[in-house]
Amino acid sequence: MEKIFNLIVNGVGGQGVITLLSLIDQAAMLEGYKVRSSELHGLSQRGGSVETHIRFGKNVDSPLISNGKADLIISLETMEALRETEKSGKQTKFLINEFLLPFQGSLKKEEINQQLSLLKNEMHMVRASEICKEKLQNEVVSSTYLLGYAVNKNLIPLKRESILAAIEKIIPEKYREININAFNLSYGNN
Amino acid sequence: MQKEILLGNDAIIMGALKSGVGFVSGYPGCPSAEIGDDFAKIAKQKGVYVEWSSNEKTALEAAIGASFSGVKSLVNMKSFGINVCSDALFPLAYTGTKAPMVIVVADDPSCHSSAQSEQDSRGYAFISKIPVLDPADPQECYDFTKLAFEISEKFNTPVILRTTTRAAHQRAVVIFEEADKMPKKDGEFIKDPRQYSTMPPRTLEMKKELLGKIKKIKSYAEKSEANRISKNKKAKLGIISSGVSVLHAKEALQEMEINAEILEIGFFYPLPEKLISNFLKGKTSVLVAEEMSPYIEKEVLLIAKNANPKVKIFGKNILPEAGELNPEAVCVALAKITGKKYNKFPIKNLNLPKRTARLCEGCPYWYILPTVKRIAPEGTIFAGDIGCNMMGALPPHSMYDFMFCMGSSIGISHGIKKTTKQKVISFMGDGTFFHSGIEGMINAVYNKSNPLMIVMDNRITAMTGHQTNPGMGKTIMGEDSQELQIADIAKACGVNYIKVLDPINVKELEDAVLEFLKKDEMSLIVCKRVCALLERKQKKL
Repeated sequence: MEKIFNLIVNGVGGQGVITLLSLIDQAAMLEGYKVRSSELHGLSQRGGSVETHIRFGKNVDSPLISNGKADLIISLETMEALRETEKSGKQTKFLINEFLLPFQGSLKKEEINQQLSLLKNEMHMVRASEICKEKLQNEVVSSTYLLGYAVNKNLIPLKRESILAAIEKIIPEKYREININAFNLSYGNN
Repeated sequence: MQKEILLGNDAIIMGALKSGVGFVSGYPGCPSAEIGDDFAKIAKQKGVYVEWSSNEKTALEAAIGASFSGVKSLVNMKSFGINVCSDALFPLAYTGTKAPMVIVVADDPSCHSSAQSEQDSRGYAFISKIPVLDPADPQECYDFTKLAFEISEKFNTPVILRTTTRAAHQRAVVIFEEADKMPKKDGEFIKDPRQYSTMPPRTLEMKKELLGKIKKIKSYAEKSEANRISKNKKAKLGIISSGVSVLHAKEALQEMEINAEILEIGFFYPLPEKLISNFLKGKTSVLVAEEMSPYIEKEVLLIAKNANPKVKIFGKNILPEAGELNPEAVCVALAKITGKKYNKFPIKNLNLPKRTARLCEGCPYWYILPTVKRIAPEGTIFAGDIGCNMMGALPPHSMYDFMFCMGSSIGISHGIKKTTKQKVISFMGDGTFFHSGIEGMINAVYNKSNPLMIVMDNRITAMTGHQTNPGMGKTIMGEDSQELQIADIAKACGVNYIKVLDPINVKELEDAVLEFLKKDEMSLIVCKRVCALLERKQKKL
């Protein structure tokens, strides 16, 4: 891969954005890429919008992705996906968890979907939380489910083996199996 | 050699371990809290003493004691922490350290997780005369921590490692060495009052000694590897940058396909004047790309007067002074200097409703804030403080009339009570009460004031990620400790009207508020109920 891959992972504080980021960081390193990511903690994490940047490739300087430059945006929440469209480029692909965490003043599901449908970008709407809750009785692993989807559909230039190795390294033993199951569930199913 | 992806803060831990740190103290804040949290997880195994201190001043003072006793120390805090500990910091520059000491101060440009100001803590270098290093990424967090211990050892001075959110909370591959031996944890205090007591007439002597020391450190900085030039002799354009801005500048140069020579200033104070002077020679323009205050820029302007009066220096005239930098901001500046075209990406404004931070589901504060807001007489002034209670300033509560810094709600409330006839209720969390709320309470009692103080005791320092505090009866190392009672402390401080209640009993809280608001003495309600996240975590264990 000659070019740097620019990935934004966003969602709502507490959804597991940073775990997903750590998995991708680790997998990218295992594939020999230089990787930098940037995250936010604290006040911004308490139920607010959280946006993290991941960049990997031959050589990466800034940890931040400039507006319009993201190759892929993975959103763990649909309203937060819509927020990202304000600064997405033509080439930006979206992988969206069809899942809403409403808040006071939030838009309605139909409104969000309608605004998203106006975009010409490649868009993947996946009911990750719902599927994980139904099949694995745990919706927190929906982020790992989305990662499986992204790898399977070649939305992210990383191999299945690297992600599995990353899960091995990053996820505590207690939760490892359910994460592997979530990954395989979407990787195999699509 | 190890090679792993590390968070900047964890790279600092690795650097400190490799340097033989034996004593770690600090106060949790964002973006520095992982240093204490993650250090504590490995403390026993690595033979290091780690504590969360009651505030940043006691943290620094504890480390000074360790240093005087011959044990290497690391102090960690967020930007505002250095304000709290500065009273001990300045004399420390005079006495110097015995065993090396590194003080990590984490700034938060753009105020991602900081409320009270966008602080550029580098400024403390000038008033304290303490060397400051400014890493750009996790690798430099590791390298500079080691370097900071070396400088501290060589010159017997504390060294400030100043990070920012984008360095401290950046993850990248770090090449590092694991510590190969257990650190020295037991020391001995060897008496040397001439060195350790700041007392006139010694004080002025000490100041002169310090000025001499800084001169020596300055010539050391001239040769330091922390300052780097990306050699490009032909370039007429130069960029002088420090911290994470170096990475943004490199990115911007690539994107704009502009040829320039870069001087990275990792050693912020004292600045390497000769190095800068040589760098300026032969350049026609130089952009100083630094975040927030134009500290380096001002020095560069002075140096340029002698080194190269013709060079045009650009800085805050084309870069923002408020908010963090990013590649785009540097591109815009470069376009202005070179005349090259740069089109800023057009952001669409969809006018989307903002999702602000909020109290967690089941948070005990849900019982307190709306109840007090509803029951308090119209016109009551509500004072907010730092911690999870800050959410009281945001929807759906939107109730605070003012917010400042740790512990200030009660201090300011007292002044309002003394100068008006209005009712004042001051809110505070348990962590903040122990940090610096007690002082304001004492002042209010002593000076016969009568604000109502509500301590929202959720049994932990929650906002920064669940750190232990003196009210918990546990230390960060998991040891049992004295469980300090807020009500007992208040009583000992002369507060006569105190009620401790569970805020789930809303009626009891309502009655207490109405009763205490009528008192002509200071009163206190302690709303005791455990943080919902902590309760869930404890159930899982």
